Amino acid sequence: MWRATAGVLASHWRRHPGQTATLLLGLALATALWTGVQAINAEARASYDRAADVVTQNGRPVIRDPSGADIPLEIYVALRRAGWPVAPVVEGRADIAGRDVTLIGIDPLSAPVLPAAEPTEGSATPETDTEGLIAFIGPPGRLMAAPETAARLRGALSQDVLNTPDIAPGTAIGDIGIVSQLLGLQNVITRMIVVADPPAHAPPLAQLAPGLEQLAPEAGADMAGLTGSFHLNLTAFGLLSFTVGLFIVHGAIGLAFEQRRGMFRTIRALGVPARTLGVLVAIELAIIATLAGAVGVGLGYVIAAALLPDVAATLRGLYGAPASGALALRPSWVAAGFAMAWLGTGIAAAQALWRMARLPLLESAQPRAWALASSASQTRQALAGLGILCVGAFAGWLADGLVAGFTALGGLLLGAALGLPWVLARGLAFAERRARAPLTEWFWADTRQQLPGLSLALMALMLALAANIGVSTMVGSFRGTFTGWLDQRLAAEIYLDAGTEDRADEIRTWLDPQVDAILPQVWTEAELGGEPATLRGLPNHATYRDNWPLLTPASGVWNALERGEGILINEQFARRTGTSTGDVVRLDDWTAPVLAVYSDYGNPGAEAAVGLRLFSQLHPNVPQVRFAVRLPVADAPKMVEALQNEFALGADQMRDQAALKALSLEIFERTFAVTGALNVLTLGVAAVAMLTSLLTLATQRLPQVAPIWAMGLGRTQIARLELLRSALLALGTAVCAIPVGLALAWVLLAVVNVAAFGWRLPMQVFPSDWVGLTALALLAALAAAALPARRLGRRPPADLLKVFANDR
Amino acid sequence: MILTIDGVRKSFTGPEGSVRVLDGLHLDLAAGETLALTGESGSGKSTLLTLVAGLDAPDEGRIMVSGQQVNALDDSARAALRRTTVGLVFQQFNLIPSLNVAANLAFQARLAGRLDMPWLEEVTGRLGLSDLGNRYPEQLSGGQQQRVAIGRTLAARPALILADEPTGNLDEAAADRVLDLMLELSRDSGAALLMVTHSKRLAGRLDRRVHLSRGRVA
Repeated sequence: MWRATAGVLASHWRRHPGQTATLLLGLALATALWTGVQAINAEARASYDRAADVVTQNGRPVIRDPSGADIPLEIYVALRRAGWPVAPVVEGRADIAGRDVTLIGIDPLSAPVLPAAEPTEGSATPETDTEGLIAFIGPPGRLMAAPETAARLRGALSQDVLNTPDIAPGTAIGDIGIVSQLLGLQNVITRMIVVADPPAHAPPLAQLAPGLEQLAPEAGADMAGLTGSFHLNLTAFGLLSFTVGLFIVHGAIGLAFEQRRGMFRTIRALGVPARTLGVLVAIELAIIATLAGAVGVGLGYVIAAALLPDVAATLRGLYGAPASGALALRPSWVAAGFAMAWLGTGIAAAQALWRMARLPLLESAQPRAWALASSASQTRQALAGLGILCVGAFAGWLADGLVAGFTALGGLLLGAALGLPWVLARGLAFAERRARAPLTEWFWADTRQQLPGLSLALMALMLALAANIGVSTMVGSFRGTFTGWLDQRLAAEIYLDAGTEDRADEIRTWLDPQVDAILPQVWTEAELGGEPATLRGLPNHATYRDNWPLLTPASGVWNALERGEGILINEQFARRTGTSTGDVVRLDDWTAPVLAVYSDYGNPGAEAAVGLRLFSQLHPNVPQVRFAVRLPVADAPKMVEALQNEFALGADQMRDQAALKALSLEIFERTFAVTGALNVLTLGVAAVAMLTSLLTLATQRLPQVAPIWAMGLGRTQIARLELLRSALLALGTAVCAIPVGLALAWVLLAVVNVAAFGWRLPMQVFPSDWVGLTALALLAALAAAALPARRLGRRPPADLLKVFANDR
Repeated sequence: MILTIDGVRKSFTGPEGSVRVLDGLHLDLAAGETLALTGESGSGKSTLLTLVAGLDAPDEGRIMVSGQQVNALDDSARAALRRTTVGLVFQQFNLIPSLNVAANLAFQARLAGRLDMPWLEEVTGRLGLSDLGNRYPEQLSGGQQQRVAIGRTLAARPALILADEPTGNLDEAAADRVLDLMLELSRDSGAALLMVTHSKRLAGRLDRRVHLSRGRVA
């Protein structure tokens, strides 16, 4: 019995390869979207952990100065003499061959973990550990870096640079002596790694080095903090994809049951118990989910591999975090992909199996469940949606933080999706009431009857469109604000770095008679309100008065700043600590009133600004070697050339404003290239869902279409009406998606973004994008409807006659 | 007795309230016997068949099939009864569209675990279906589909065949030919036949005829 029944179930899929393909495709695409996002996240996180492993020596505790200042070498010596098993580390950033590289110096004799390098090129025999150690210590010394970084460093440095896959891109590791030299450090180290527990008799750290602190290991903590917000956005998009995917899987599985409703009834009537049938269908679905999951994971890998270089570039550029551009097959995201396929199928199948178990054996064998879905159940569903919307709205308005943000997002999307069929049905009923011609009246009534069968696909389409509008509104708002911010923060025509103070004096003297203003660019580390921060010194000049992006502009701010009567703070610090204009905040040893708050895109840390004069008094040792130069815009290119000729300033030492802005915008655009690509994919998946539904419905449309055909409507005309129906439903869905998308953008900008990044952007709307998206949705719907409509248009009259012959 | 129906009552609730379809019905059918059940529309003929097959349960009374009280069995046992003892021929054929004719014919016998190839070939041949084995139901005429439905039941050699207007979709000549075959094959397989029909002419060709009226034997 089991075998015969299993054979019958399988025969359906063999006999209907189109249905099999659409089911597998729906499941696979939903899995692929989710897997792709998970793969990107997993890969980027693995990169940080890999770097952190070498830097923190496999998660050992670290000793450092709480203010982040360098540690004198004698303290390290004192700790070693007292029996503390510590290893010194120096770390800093250097511009090598025009690229910013993080250099880490370690002591190979005391550090327990050394990165493993690939064999030296051209060597006939592998070198021994001793030979390797001697080459590492030098001279000239040896650096280890990821292959792409190593290729860049070779030739620019006198040291050998070995390929070491374990090191994250953008980072190089070498002997502490060599790296100190490259970073220009003398007799100082950045931190110490406690490679083993200190002996019991060793004096405590507080006695040996009172100013230092020992920190518990936290792999990749710094970078995780910086990049968390980026991943959060990706994860948010992943969840959107997941939701869209669930609707698609639900629709696909639902259709798979509806298509076989008659068969289930027959084999039950012939003596197959409900339980046997249920078990076999569950096994069948598990196999299908596994097959589709495998395809989906493969597709997800392709998506991730295509997008990862952009993600890696974004993370490196925007946050300075190392991320590999290569993709490895990781169990975590492979498992996440299969979980999506199984979970989605499980959720969808649970309802379908429940319906199947309760399938009345005596009812008509014709598939009809959706077509007769009552308006009462539609209203119940809409009410449930309203309830979920309210929960989301409460979370968005009343609560703070990421959990509230995601609750609001989930509530908004699910609630709106559940309410969509009710809204569309009301619209169709209205149109039906207004119709005068009999054909028009039939068209609206027939569309309303089709609605339950298309509901899931339309919900998926609405979610995809809403996600698209939401994310593009967010991106547009970012772009608008960011370009404005760039215009303000990079107002000067030329920015240059003289390198040394002597050279700076020389350049300043040369420049002075030729330009409108030379504005020193100075900053240093400071403690703001008890947390590490950057302190800037701002010259008293119209460039700042006119352009600095103050969020709370007030008269007299700049004069007060110049007089040293207060400070400016960045938005991130203001939001995090709840500080606002007029409050008093502690800056190092000074209690300063806050004169204003300014926006500071892309900076995860706290920052403050004081007048240049006060800055020089507070930090007399900070050299003024960087300048912003003001001159007529048209003169800038010639001046850049003259500076290069006169002082041999390299490209890394001098950039004109246009180049800087272009670079910054490029990084910014890349940040959102990933979400943009995923947007298009999600819309594509929704179109496939619609195609699946329409194809299946088309097979059940004959009883509705045949009488109209018999009454004199041509097959081609009926096919055109089918196309029109799909386009109108997609249009209605797009109209509903616009407010949902805007609400989604508001949650992303006002709740999720504030919680993740620490600043809020003004929301801008882009109606032209909505028009474009609506057109895209119409195209997707028409494309999805084209095949079923074509089939209907070419249906042989004999098929239509069968409807009457068989008395369906 | 292969079938005993004792005091069966069945009502349905419709828009106009409860309607009694069967009202204390008594009926017996011996092994190998053929019985025609006639009556006007709504007299309870098809309902009786669904109750005997265990597709629905009576409100009162007792239905015994091959010594088992159908309405006292659970779902699995009723399914087993349909699989092994009872054969159903539906008015709308209810063939499995994804199986070809040969697979459809063998399906119930395989479910019952008693596929007898020589007997299946004989049934297929006598029903005139030998050349149609590779066709699918949608490629058959109504008469051909009806013959496949009958063959599917007979191939499983059930002790009791329940047929609900098996020739309802056929013209008189075709109906006569199909009934001839059904009677011949059920006799050869030793099965009892309970057939619902509107046709007095066809009913007259069975061993016995029972007329139902208002849920009772008239």
